[in-house]
Amino acid sequence: MNTQSNAIPESSLESHVIAATSLSAPRLFYWSVRRELWENRSVYIAPLAVAGVILFGFSFSTIAGTWEKALRLDPTHHEAIAMPYDFAAALLMGTAILVSVFYCLDALHGERRDRGILFWKSLPVSDLMTVLAKASIPLIVLPLLTFAITVATQLIMLLVSTAVLAASGLHAWTLWTQLPFLQMSLLLLYHLVTAHALWPAPIYCWLLLVSGWARRAPFLWASLPLLAIFGVEKIAFHTSHFASIVGSHIIGAAPAIARTGPDMFPMDPMAHITPAEFLSSPGLWIGLVVAAIFLAAAVRLRRYQGPI
Amino acid sequence: MTVIEARGLRKAFDTTIALDGINLRVEEGRILGLIGPNGAGKTTALNAILGLTPYQGKLRVLGRDPWSERDRLMRDVCFIADVAVLPRWMRVSQALDYVAGVHPRFDRAKAEAFLGKTTIQRASKVRELSKGMVTQLHLALVMAIDARLLVLDEPTLGLDILFRKQFYDSLLTDYFDRSRTIVVTTHQVDEIQDVLTDVMFMNRGRIVFDCSMEEFESRYLEVMVNPERVAAARALKPMHERQALARSILLFDRVDRHQLAALGEVRTPSIADVFVAVMGNEAGQAQGAAR
Repeated sequence: MNTQSNAIPESSLESHVIAATSLSAPRLFYWSVRRELWENRSVYIAPLAVAGVILFGFSFSTIAGTWEKALRLDPTHHEAIAMPYDFAAALLMGTAILVSVFYCLDALHGERRDRGILFWKSLPVSDLMTVLAKASIPLIVLPLLTFAITVATQLIMLLVSTAVLAASGLHAWTLWTQLPFLQMSLLLLYHLVTAHALWPAPIYCWLLLVSGWARRAPFLWASLPLLAIFGVEKIAFHTSHFASIVGSHIIGAAPAIARTGPDMFPMDPMAHITPAEFLSSPGLWIGLVVAAIFLAAAVRLRRYQGPI
Repeated sequence: MTVIEARGLRKAFDTTIALDGINLRVEEGRILGLIGPNGAGKTTALNAILGLTPYQGKLRVLGRDPWSERDRLMRDVCFIADVAVLPRWMRVSQALDYVAGVHPRFDRAKAEAFLGKTTIQRASKVRELSKGMVTQLHLALVMAIDARLLVLDEPTLGLDILFRKQFYDSLLTDYFDRSRTIVVTTHQVDEIQDVLTDVMFMNRGRIVFDCSMEEFESRYLEVMVNPERVAAARALKPMHERQALARSILLFDRVDRHQLAALGEVRTPSIADVFVAVMGNEAGQAQGAAR
């Protein structure tokens, strides 16, 4: 009797205390992501450095007159004008992929190697929250960051060429009318979301899982099993389906994000994109399910893992 | 209120049994010292309590199952697992920002005040701090959290005696009150003898000794005996005997103080002495069993 009458106020008190002292999930997520950026400054320093190199090279070539000549030769040929902008975007996206791969391979390995995992686990942040925050770096933060840095870089490039053209007495407005800047930016965002986040998600999540599991050399553990499956499939069945599936997700060449032609580059006009086709391709959804399974496994694994 | 309750707590690794059916009960407001040789299972027991390792048997910490509710438990539990666990890349200011960001019970002003008494710079990275400073920083973070249970696993390992003394002084004066509970493991047993309210010895995955300090002081007595009285003292069945400066020091359990005073100088033994005696008897029993 006594215990029953005591139990009710106690449990209601407890739930009250928990409500008063718990922090919202978005807040925990925000601090978890910030913590990742503190630790992995290459996430933003690498693309910024590449952007700096691009701007330096572009300014040099503009002032030296290379692109100016192209403009004067054929001002209506927008591909020639757009070329350096596309190239800048491609370089920055390549950087983002490299950073993502190295980030993922270290994300759940580094905290065990430096024993910091014991500190992180001494705080009221769940393994799920931690793994989601880590996964958000290659899947959300880097694509958006790449977008922002690319657009800013392209804008500065545009201003530099405008200034150079104006200084040499040419019609700067030709450039602005010939370069579909807004279209380019929207296309870039579309490309980053589809080909850099959604499509390769299973690859990044696989790398995260391996980084949480391997005691050493996560890169080897991440790549050798894939090579082994390629090999077994090739030898046993004389096929290479697995290789082509994994390969397509690694290269980011989602077949259905846009219609491809001989002169296609991801930066080409909006008319070519096929979001409906992309979203209805089974490869995308199977990939996302696999990514979710890898993440769930990584969350579970982190519960068991301590310092190595 | 019971803070930690374990019944039949077991944990086996591939080839060794780390915890062999432990029963444990820690009440609120106690400072428990968990003492044992290396490999006795202390850290495994603490890891189970902190939700860092799965286990068999029943375990409740503040009414929760640590393994399935670690993140919720950590609102009320703090731990310092070893000196070097603060991430080396982190800046002091980032550590403060982060804990303030994720911990609902962190009082930043308190942590800042504690750090103000040290020479630690906010802009320093953990890797630039000395070992003692890293512990001070960790302690500043932990003491600013209004937790109900603090677990310290060899918190002063590798620190010099001044830092060790300061560590426990801060803990007692600035942190501990009767509503908090502390569990600590250390090899520097004698330094924390005055700090503890309870002491527990572990050996080979079992708790072999469990006693409050009040009971400890009334139960165990040590007598320094001159050679001519050793035979008389031995007749009272000491649990341990050692030699010091041509005299014998005999350790007794539950023997009348007046009776011992007649034999020589009587004093309360250190935990380390009782530990050696208990462990020695354990080893003797184990050998006897093996034969």
